[in-house]
Amino acid sequence: MQRLIEFGWRLLPFVAVILVWYAVRWSGIVDQGLLPPPHLVFLDIWQRSVDGTFLVDAWMSIRRVLLGLFFGMLLAVPVGFLIGWNRNIRRFVDPLVNFFRALPPIALIPLAIVYLGIGEVAKVAILFYAAFFSGVIVMYEGMSQINPLYVRVSRTLGATDWEVFYKVIVPLTIPHVLTAARVALGVAWATLVASELVAAQNGLGAVIQNASAFFQLTTIYAGIVAIGFIALVMDALLRAASRRFLDWQERVVQ
Amino acid sequence: MSVSARDLRPAGPAAHEHGAPAADPDVKVRFQNVSKAYGTIEVVRDVSFDINEGDFIALVGPSGCGKTTMMNMLAGFTRPDSGAVLLEGAEVTGPGPDRGVMFQDYGVFPWLSVEKNIRFGLELGVKRKMTKAQKTETVEKYMAQMRLTDFRDAWPKNLSGGMRQRLALARAYAANPHFLLMDEPFGALDAQTRSDMHDLLLEIMQAERKTALLITHSAEEAIYLATRILVISARPSRIVEEIRIPFGEKRDRNLLDAPEFIELRRHLRDVVMKQYAEQQALG
Repeated sequence: MQRLIEFGWRLLPFVAVILVWYAVRWSGIVDQGLLPPPHLVFLDIWQRSVDGTFLVDAWMSIRRVLLGLFFGMLLAVPVGFLIGWNRNIRRFVDPLVNFFRALPPIALIPLAIVYLGIGEVAKVAILFYAAFFSGVIVMYEGMSQINPLYVRVSRTLGATDWEVFYKVIVPLTIPHVLTAARVALGVAWATLVASELVAAQNGLGAVIQNASAFFQLTTIYAGIVAIGFIALVMDALLRAASRRFLDWQERVVQ
Repeated sequence: MSVSARDLRPAGPAAHEHGAPAADPDVKVRFQNVSKAYGTIEVVRDVSFDINEGDFIALVGPSGCGKTTMMNMLAGFTRPDSGAVLLEGAEVTGPGPDRGVMFQDYGVFPWLSVEKNIRFGLELGVKRKMTKAQKTETVEKYMAQMRLTDFRDAWPKNLSGGMRQRLALARAYAANPHFLLMDEPFGALDAQTRSDMHDLLLEIMQAERKTALLITHSAEEAIYLATRILVISARPSRIVEEIRIPFGEKRDRNLLDAPEFIELRRHLRDVVMKQYAEQQALG
């Protein structure tokens, strides 16, 4: 029973959005022809899933996002470490990070095409770019919050530099790695459509663009809902991992 | 005011001559004309004193007067600008497992359970000579002594302040340091818990004596725990008075009502209050 209520609470905001969606459609604020009703959108998702094309599209997008996230975090973690650890590195890298972070990934598409072509590499590179810069900033903000007291204590217990690193710094960094991954994942999904502007034949972003060329509003909504849904599931997985590994953390809301 | 600790110390062997090698084997730590400034603020000025084997020294003085800086120099977290802190005759260059430290905000590792916190020091390279059974035995011993056995798997976030400080003490003892350095370790605790901690500390010190340095504001705490009290002046730190506590190592709550104790406490409070007023004047 408790679990059912819990589940109901999770569903509630989405039910509310769908109700508002219907309400807006019926109220006539927006021309009915410009706002497909939710059930047609879900029907569209269902039909495309049954014939398999949607699954291929979803899988291609998930793969690109995960590859971008993986390589982005692979670089963001050590760079975040270096920036958080050393003041001079921080002073050097910080302005660069802020410069590149501000650039919209969509502005990089021409460059990505020029240097990387129009294949998967270009698409993943754009997602990598987005994931890296959002991840690295969370990483080094987190690193700079690490309490030096724990380093001191471990030194008085006899820890060497290496032991301080992997027995104190690493465990204290894991929460920030997971937060950075969550932020980067969200940004990567938000950048997906832009990355699939690079001559994509498939992928959820490509579905949306193709549909927009033919003014298929229902399909556009279907693509948006699918992206949102997959991003939500992935975030939930990362959050579950955080809870599992970070049981020790103090939380304001338990 | 200008009396230095050296003048107050009973005339002893020539070991107290500055610059002379530590001839007295009992002298474990020597602060030798130590001075330290942070920027333009002079924190410690020409402080000299010795800590002998088995001493329990309390540094008492107004807050912000530089007591912590003095302890940090012995712990190896910071170095003097001039003079030297000598540990068994050699200058302190950094922290080490021979000097266990307890901090006011506990410093227990939040990502490790109670048991793993205590074990931490034993799993480091320096201690790996112990067998696995010896390590477990050590952990269990101090966990029991600090009444934490029932909480072995608990996260520190679920422990009370007193329990966290017991955990910090257990962890420090498990690493078997020669010295125990304590920076206002009981300052954040309520009166009852604090008094519990005093007795627990006396108990474990009787079982396993460490040479100890305690920083505190509390005259009562200093007299109850220490064998020797150094009253520190308003900034910059100098030693204004040295008080030897004549109560021996076995002490209990009854001592708090003894006339000698009350007399000592009155005296110490007066001396400290005077320094406190001067510190206030400094701003």
